[in-house]
Amino acid sequence: MIDIRNLTKIYSSKKVLDDISVDIRDGEIFTIIGPSGTGKSTFLKSVIRLINPEYGKIIIDGVDILSLKSEFEIQKVREKFGYLFQDGALFDSLNVWENVSFGLKYLTNIYEKKYLDVAREKLELVGLKGVEYKKINELSGGMKKRVALARAIAHNPRYVLYDEPTTGLDPISSDIIIDLIKNMSKKLKVTSIVVTHDIKLALTISSRVAVLNAGKFVEVDTPENIKNSSNDFVKDFISTSFI
Amino acid sequence: MIINKIGKITIDIAFHLGRCCLMIKRMFFWLFNSKLEKKEIMKQTVRIGIESIGVVILTSLFTGMVLALQSGYTSKNLFNEPLYVGTVVGFSLVKELAPVLTAIVVSGRAGSSVTAEIGTMVITEQVDALYTLGTNPSTYLLIPRYIAFLIALPILTLIANVVGILGGFVVSYIKLGISSTVYFDDIFQYMKVKNFFHGFIKTFFFAFAIATISCYKGFYATGGAEGVGRSTTDSVVISMIMILAIDYFVSSILVIVGIT
Repeated sequence: MIDIRNLTKIYSSKKVLDDISVDIRDGEIFTIIGPSGTGKSTFLKSVIRLINPEYGKIIIDGVDILSLKSEFEIQKVREKFGYLFQDGALFDSLNVWENVSFGLKYLTNIYEKKYLDVAREKLELVGLKGVEYKKINELSGGMKKRVALARAIAHNPRYVLYDEPTTGLDPISSDIIIDLIKNMSKKLKVTSIVVTHDIKLALTISSRVAVLNAGKFVEVDTPENIKNSSNDFVKDFISTSFI
Repeated sequence: MIINKIGKITIDIAFHLGRCCLMIKRMFFWLFNSKLEKKEIMKQTVRIGIESIGVVILTSLFTGMVLALQSGYTSKNLFNEPLYVGTVVGFSLVKELAPVLTAIVVSGRAGSSVTAEIGTMVITEQVDALYTLGTNPSTYLLIPRYIAFLIALPILTLIANVVGILGGFVVSYIKLGISSTVYFDDIFQYMKVKNFFHGFIKTFFFAFAIATISCYKGFYATGGAEGVGRSTTDSVVISMIMILAIDYFVSSILVIVGIT
């Protein structure tokens, strides 16, 4: 479980995250939606301390990651996470299977000889076959996202963080990714935090949806209740997004 | 107005120096607290060395040739005889020109490519990805590049010494009619081991400076592709200035400690 208390991040005297408190339950898909520049990605990066927030607590399985001093301790907590970056963040200098198995050396005790098998297995899980030896620049946008997802789950993390998983993809690739996130959550029993602009994705797959505006969660509720929200901002945001 | 500007520049320099020192501190911390990325060190050493070897050979060859030509004709004009051509070529190359020119060439070829590569990794979140995959940029990017520069630059300088002296010999023999015995005697009769070390020691300082500047400029590149381009140019310009400055100060120290 991830328990977030009074999370505040300030950039150039502007509060990007303003005293946010929320708990993310085991096994759920928690989705954060909101306009651009409201701090969605900052929130996600703060969870594993890729960004250092000014105040607050982020308690992951009983450990407050923000209070940890040593890099080794922070790394220990990060090991529980897989992270799908907005543009994949795949390493150009490595091929597909080297990318997917990159973290195995540091995060698992799997023998090096088995890395290719693990990479194949994870690639199959995201619906990719026969691409192990391809270079990253030979892949389409949708394939890159799937390879990045395979890399994020290669070490069987307890939590997966998705940063704009469907941005920049055509509707078909988008649907594939949405199905993958759903299946991943079911099959691997992972807790997912998804940051997105994609209202369809948020309302289709989420256990709960949080609407972020001006650094605060305006509403946190089930997709059904969010759809029928009486909050003006939420209503406006959802209706304009569907137009 | 002027005081404001001076103040701003001073604060900027202090800020960058401080951040650079923190980067070096992190690099040393992880050097002693993580496993070395041997494959990556090998890859970077080969890349930095191989990338620069052609230009280093050409630069040192022509430098040696022009030194022989100039010193030969100058002494011919003064004494009617091309005297001590080997000595001039040998000393100039080994103590100053080979280390400095090699460092400048390496900073232009390999240093710029390191900045561009790391800068691109930063703006495409590949550096953040390293943290999420159980490692960190110091272990995976910084340390291998520092070690690679520290291995490649001294080796390239040795090659530059040999090629430059041979280039000087070719011109001395063909243009000035100096025999190989005279040319090489002029070098080895006067040159001592400490003369060689005077130049060789400096290459480690140059390597450290190039690695620091190129990695620092890459890690703190901002502003997308344009920003990476700007950082790359800055990295080469700053490296060149630093090489010349370090050359003067380290040479002074070496002279004081008797390695002349």
